[in-house]
Amino acid sequence: MSSIEPMVTDHSRITDIASLRADFPALHQNVHGKPLVYLDSAASAQRPQAVIDAMVLQEQRDHANIHRGVHTLSQRSTEKVEAARDAVCRFINAASRCEIIFTRGTTESINLVAASLGRSLLKRGDEVLITHMEHHSNIVPWQLVCEETGARLVVAPITDRGELDLAAFDALLTERTKIFAIGHVSNALGTINPVAELIARAQAAGAVTLVDGAQAAPHLQIDVQALDCDFYAFSGHKMFGPTGIGILYGKERLLETMPPYQGGGEMILTVSFDKTTYNELPFKFEAGTPNITGAIGLGATIDYLATVDFDARRRYEDELLAYATDTLKHLPGLRVIGEAEHKSGVVSFLFPDIHAHDLGTILDKEGVAVRTGHHCAMPVMDFFGIPATARASFAFYNNRHDVDRLAAALEKAKELFA
Amino acid sequence: MSDLKDLYREVILDHNRQPRNFGELEDANRVIEGVNPLCGDRMTLYVKVRNNCVQDVRFKGTGCAISVASSSMMTEKVKGSTVDESLALFEKVHQMLTERSAEDAELADLGKLAALSGVREYPSRVKCAALAWHALKSALTSADNTVSTE
Repeated sequence: MSSIEPMVTDHSRITDIASLRADFPALHQNVHGKPLVYLDSAASAQRPQAVIDAMVLQEQRDHANIHRGVHTLSQRSTEKVEAARDAVCRFINAASRCEIIFTRGTTESINLVAASLGRSLLKRGDEVLITHMEHHSNIVPWQLVCEETGARLVVAPITDRGELDLAAFDALLTERTKIFAIGHVSNALGTINPVAELIARAQAAGAVTLVDGAQAAPHLQIDVQALDCDFYAFSGHKMFGPTGIGILYGKERLLETMPPYQGGGEMILTVSFDKTTYNELPFKFEAGTPNITGAIGLGATIDYLATVDFDARRRYEDELLAYATDTLKHLPGLRVIGEAEHKSGVVSFLFPDIHAHDLGTILDKEGVAVRTGHHCAMPVMDFFGIPATARASFAFYNNRHDVDRLAAALEKAKELFA
Repeated sequence: MSDLKDLYREVILDHNRQPRNFGELEDANRVIEGVNPLCGDRMTLYVKVRNNCVQDVRFKGTGCAISVASSSMMTEKVKGSTVDESLALFEKVHQMLTERSAEDAELADLGKLAALSGVREYPSRVKCAALAWHALKSALTSADNTVSTE
């Protein structure tokens, strides 16, 4: 942002959060003859019209390859993609735009770090520390690189409430810990982890730190400089943007020392058959033509979110989650899985006598979309001794009426299975 | 709720509440593990085959109502049948679950099992009903002891 731009105060931002629902066209349809209640945003959130419009405009008018042509369309596309990078940089308060790498999503972002940094850093006897509540995408990449390097994957346990066991974490954090990777918010439980505190401890032990922010980006204000993490990964489609685009934030000094993840076009300066000189950051890690429309859509998403007052949104979401938790707990027999003190966006639950999959089907017939299954967090299910849960996940476009519809649909399920 | 009742027919709810032939079978000579990785459904099928006959069959595990009822009804139906009859039944049930064109006459032929035909309208649930049957086929035909519908 240039210094001549006027400062905008938060008073100019939207504080009537309930009014935002109108911006999301997919929410305004019937499913099985009933108005859709979309409670699966943790799997993939809906997009506002402004994001859809930005993507359509790119496809209809401006599409060309970026960073290559001198012609007008190529320049337009390049400018928009790079503007999106600037938007991401502001969104997470990164120190420099060269620290923002476009990927396909959180999964690829974590794989990039595991493959590039992990392979060059880890040796036999080293350890990678994760937690018991990670999504598979923050488990498997580390397993792969541990297998390859002879390092050991260490898992910090969780408590019955679904919070990280801090004493156990401290005991497991040693000078052998070379990498510490943790989810900011658990997708299966909704737990908000105290990442700033954990990063500080891991840093003191000498570990490189990575935060999986897939579930935090749609709900929390992210400040990578305040967190002081080395890497932060998130996806476009969980935060109201398109699929197939994600971000890896990495501290410049680490990214500089890391070998490229993939080879190809864009990531090079010069190529001869003897030697290739790699491009500067962030392009060193962006081999090949990227998801141009996706990146532009993500930029538009961040612009959209910037029109909304964050504190008002956070208050609205917290209040809605409290209402949903309270409403569901009043249903006889219902068990909530994950009761951390600090939660965001998710209520996982089950009935003892109705399998989550049956709930999913019955709720769908009532127009209510929830996710059922293990939520790509099978170790979490094993911990609680359950095969699956139903998960209602919320965004700022949901409201109390959605919760009431969910509760009514659950009553029907109970009736059917009585 | 009318079409939900087509999926969750009374006979299915009944077999889910009180699964028949549930538990381990100590003298089984075929033990098959069946998993639906996406649902987390997991069942173990125990079969005692003697003289080309399914003399006894039991199952245990966790799963949705459709998969539990399908397992329960399967064990009821194949117990005492020959291996060939059981495999022929697998083909019929498989056809019923996956092909919309199954004739009413064929369904009538399957008796109680016809209740499972409701899953055809729920593509994501077909594999729930199919799990037990794939486990049965595997038990009767191959040495491999894990099946998956994925």
